[in-house]
Amino acid sequence: MSVFNVTVAITGVNAKPDNPGPGLAVARCLRESPEFNGRIVGLGYDALDPGLYLKKYCDAGYLLPYPSTGDEAFLSAIRKIHEQEKIDVLLPCLDAELPGMVRLRPLIEEMGIKVFLPTPEQLRMRNKDQLTEIAKLAGIECPEIKTITHAGFFYKCQEEGWSFPMVVKGLFYDARFVHNADEGAEAFRHIAAEWGLPVLVQRVVKGEEYNLTAVGDGEGNMLGEVMMRKMAVTDKGKAWSGVSIIDHALYEASAKLIKAIKWRGPLEFEVMRDQHGHYQLIEINPRFPAWIYLCVGVGRNLPMALLKLALNEPVGDFREPEAGVLFIRHAEDNIIPIAEFEHVIMQGGHHLQ
Amino acid sequence: MVDSEQTGVTSSSIPSAESLRRLAISESGFVFDPTSGHHFTVNETGLVLLRHLQQNQDLSSILNAVTQEYNVSHRDLERDVLEFLSLLREFVGEQ
Repeated sequence: MSVFNVTVAITGVNAKPDNPGPGLAVARCLRESPEFNGRIVGLGYDALDPGLYLKKYCDAGYLLPYPSTGDEAFLSAIRKIHEQEKIDVLLPCLDAELPGMVRLRPLIEEMGIKVFLPTPEQLRMRNKDQLTEIAKLAGIECPEIKTITHAGFFYKCQEEGWSFPMVVKGLFYDARFVHNADEGAEAFRHIAAEWGLPVLVQRVVKGEEYNLTAVGDGEGNMLGEVMMRKMAVTDKGKAWSGVSIIDHALYEASAKLIKAIKWRGPLEFEVMRDQHGHYQLIEINPRFPAWIYLCVGVGRNLPMALLKLALNEPVGDFREPEAGVLFIRHAEDNIIPIAEFEHVIMQGGHHLQ
Repeated sequence: MVDSEQTGVTSSSIPSAESLRRLAISESGFVFDPTSGHHFTVNETGLVLLRHLQQNQDLSSILNAVTQEYNVSHRDLERDVLEFLSLLREFVGEQ
């Protein structure tokens, strides 16, 4: 067994309980792997992101400028952190940063930092407004989705055959159930302000939510799939507990899609399952989910597999998947000396002692 | 496909053998479906029925076996089994 003694930078170390980022869970997967003996650098966007302070998961923590501040600011920050930390591999974990990272990949790699990312075309194909086309590739159905650019849609949507409730979504992130025109208009304004235009509306599908996460090797193979049924969710619909499952229909649909577009990198496949076991594709996320630690529970360390792919090392075989493993999330208070907070605010980051 | 015309309990009321065989059934009566991720609990009689159903799709022989084992009337058992099978079909997504 090889042991990887490398420095890995992981974004998305935010962890508000109702909607945590996946970064800390990805860090935890690496930290607990017997194949990893390296350093982990947590990268956050807010001085209150807990991953910037948690020694058990990160060896250092730094702030990044928000993706909206532009490519130059991002590259400059990464360059500065790289000078300090000598990053070997960068694992982005948030939807909103993916377009920039994918675009800047040659420049990131030029610095000597390895990544394992989808191509710009692959990323475009899984955009939420491309859902109908991508569902066809997976061979499953999806609820109708429509692009809108004006809140007035909600007041005349019935003329176009739409009815409430419906889901309002940002192009990159966020989804809200709305039950009337006023709620729709408010959700539209909020999402447009945060994620820009266009905004998407999607018909509501009845059923239970199931998710699959895996890594695409870029050659058309799906590696290490882990499937889960949400057992409890937060007010924002994020998984608070779940149980691993093994469903061949979900496996086939996901594998078919990954093969069709030769997906490169981690992904999460979100589907609704009706009472007859039929699936409808809700969306595809180009990253690991926040519940990724369940993969360690079922013996398939996917972040470790992604790290090996980024390092161009053989991934090896995965253990057979296991159904019936639960995760139950909890929130925890961490005590942080003011001096550490000061370091993050004033210097943009620090080493965790 | 025998059984009672009065209650409507037929072998077609039984969930498919494939669906039943995938269920993980604990001695405690805890039942987990690894495909749907659902779970439910059964009492001792439900556990006996499930064990029979996993190995045998012939309802009349199952009813005969359970009638003898529990000393209940065939008619009462059929009624209860019909209800149990309906819940079971719903649980495994065949309704």
